[in-house]
Amino acid sequence: MSELACPIPIRDDLPPRVTLAQGGGGTAMHALIGEILSTLGVEGVAEMHDGAVLDVPASRVAFTTDSYVVNPLFFPGGDIGSLAVYGTVNDLAMCGAEPAWLSMGLVLEEGLPMEDLRKVLASMARASRETGVRVVTGDTKVVESGKADGIFVNTAGIGMVREGVRIAPSRIRPGDRIVLSGDIGRHGMAILAARGGLRLRSALESDLAPLWRAVSLVLGCGAEVHCLRDLTRGGLASALNELSTVSGLGFRVEEESIPVSSEVRGLCELLGLDPMHVACEGRFVAFVSGADAGEALKALGDCPEGCGATVIGVVGDHSEPGVVLSSPLGTERFMEMLSGEQLPRIC
Amino acid sequence: MKSAAPAGIEMAKLEFIDEYRDGGACRRMAAAIRGLVTRPWTLMEICGGQTHSIMKYSLESMLPECVRLVHGPGCPVCVTPVGLIDAAIELSGLPGVTLCSFGDMLRVPGSGCDLLAARAAGADVRIVYSPFDAIDMAQESRDSQVVFFAIGFETTAPVTAAAVLRSASSSLANFSLLVSHLLVPPAVEAVLSMPSCRVQGLLAPGHVCTVTGYEDYEPIAARHGVPTVVTGFEPLDILQGIYMCLRQLEEGRCSVENQYSRSVRRQGNPAARKLIGEAYGVVDSEWRGLGTIPDSGLELVGTLSRFDARSRFGVRPGAPGESTRCLAGRILTGEMEPDQCPEFGDGCTPAHPLGAPMVSSEGACAAYSRYGRGRSARHE
Repeated sequence: MSELACPIPIRDDLPPRVTLAQGGGGTAMHALIGEILSTLGVEGVAEMHDGAVLDVPASRVAFTTDSYVVNPLFFPGGDIGSLAVYGTVNDLAMCGAEPAWLSMGLVLEEGLPMEDLRKVLASMARASRETGVRVVTGDTKVVESGKADGIFVNTAGIGMVREGVRIAPSRIRPGDRIVLSGDIGRHGMAILAARGGLRLRSALESDLAPLWRAVSLVLGCGAEVHCLRDLTRGGLASALNELSTVSGLGFRVEEESIPVSSEVRGLCELLGLDPMHVACEGRFVAFVSGADAGEALKALGDCPEGCGATVIGVVGDHSEPGVVLSSPLGTERFMEMLSGEQLPRIC
Repeated sequence: MKSAAPAGIEMAKLEFIDEYRDGGACRRMAAAIRGLVTRPWTLMEICGGQTHSIMKYSLESMLPECVRLVHGPGCPVCVTPVGLIDAAIELSGLPGVTLCSFGDMLRVPGSGCDLLAARAAGADVRIVYSPFDAIDMAQESRDSQVVFFAIGFETTAPVTAAAVLRSASSSLANFSLLVSHLLVPPAVEAVLSMPSCRVQGLLAPGHVCTVTGYEDYEPIAARHGVPTVVTGFEPLDILQGIYMCLRQLEEGRCSVENQYSRSVRRQGNPAARKLIGEAYGVVDSEWRGLGTIPDSGLELVGTLSRFDARSRFGVRPGAPGESTRCLAGRILTGEMEPDQCPEFGDGCTPAHPLGAPMVSSEGACAAYSRYGRGRSARHE
């Protein structure tokens, strides 16, 4: 057959930018997928089967999925690769599940610099090693230039729920203490500052972090943990309002007890934003039985993701749903969810 | 809020904020107000930023029951006329035109849709933080026409004036302004002249007065017998402004005082006033919800009128076509409180606003909706 081959030499290295041919199902695609698998360090899956077959040791598993479309792809404190691993790992952790396996779907825009793809993949590999999660199946598509924003990533995750762990909004009880794992708003403001349009110089880094270590410490310390929720889109205000609605209970939160870095406060003041509405990617709230709050704080203090933890509020006795915020002035108001986008003020 | 300083991050200094949000100082000021008041008084805070602070910190719940606050017309987004929003939407749909605006303006309904919907339908609408961002955009893409929707009071007018003056000096041919600048004192005069007006004292807008000074408020205060205090935006500023205004009322005095002296001088900012004077002339202008008010708006003058997007593109603001269900005028004059509107909370919410006061983060209805559920029992 060799005498019939096309005389144009086949490049075995990858082109400097992603091409549509790399999504076409032929040799170019196989070269790209080979690169992806080896960068991610998932040789075990290199048999190229249609899916992963897994041995499940636990009787209860958690299963979640999330898509990542962040702009810019690389931001202070992280990138879309680490975000796509940590984000899904954190959703599993919020179910009280130890992350075990991930799937990874990549949508690549034609023209994406191969170097950027390599950096993102290397970052995903680092993040999955760090969190002990394995990427066991995946998919890659290439779309025409202009039809995506560089890279979109979807990850789905499966985690193991330990015996006796029951984490759900319906388990929130009157008297529970609301524990916040650290200062809020750094992810959203770091992204906003990195977008360039504002021409802000800021040393702010995203709070992006894997949360399973912190969660496992709280779950293992003997404290009765009823619910966990990470503070992503909509920030603390959305997380608390959602949980209040679902649990049917009112929460009371002390505004002064909510940690906010002075950089986040400064940027929010400048742009007319409320830190309570700003997204985090490495923060969560835990609803812990009143008597066990001290124990939970002590346990969280043993890891960097939880060392800024503090009690910010309490679940009311026979209150209606809603989150009441007590201000340092001694006044009260409802902490409302964000409506639409958070828009800057104009004067 | 507690301050957290994670290791390894160099923190920008944020000063002179906490002092004006100090719980003890605010409670002492509120106690002084309670000790001062002997009878019912109605005050109006003019600026939407003040309304927002009042709601955010539930300041009304710290006041004696007989002191009522009404929320004035000082939100520039709320009072931008429908016809101009329609003109902006029309401009944004013209081929080759990029319409730039402050973010809040995108959600304000015109007579048909809002700028967000226009963008979703394919118009080139962008959010900027400064007219100079729009100038940069115009310089980078000389093939397109960049229009900046210049809204706001005397606070934003100097900046758009500086932008248009720079465009003129650099002969930037593809930049223009859709001007909807409004002047606060004529609107205050108009509100105080309404027969239904119940306002006895005014908190004048600290940011506007930073630019304009407060000489313009002196004849208004004298003519209507309304003591006026130029007031800032932090809770302690507002409580002190209320205290100073009530003290004048209780003592039977009527003058213009300056609570916000760390920012405001009687003559304002001469450089900023000069910029406004160079670029703009004063004209009659329509205010959403209030109608046409004499000498209350700005328009590009002289050779700068070639930067007026309306004449450049032949776009004329349409007649006002407001929802009859929105009672913005009665809200903005203080005749009615937002939660007394039959549409409030059901027919009209921040997600589905009927009118401008529900849209802007500084609008009285949006402020009530966002924070109002937590107001003191006396309002429930």
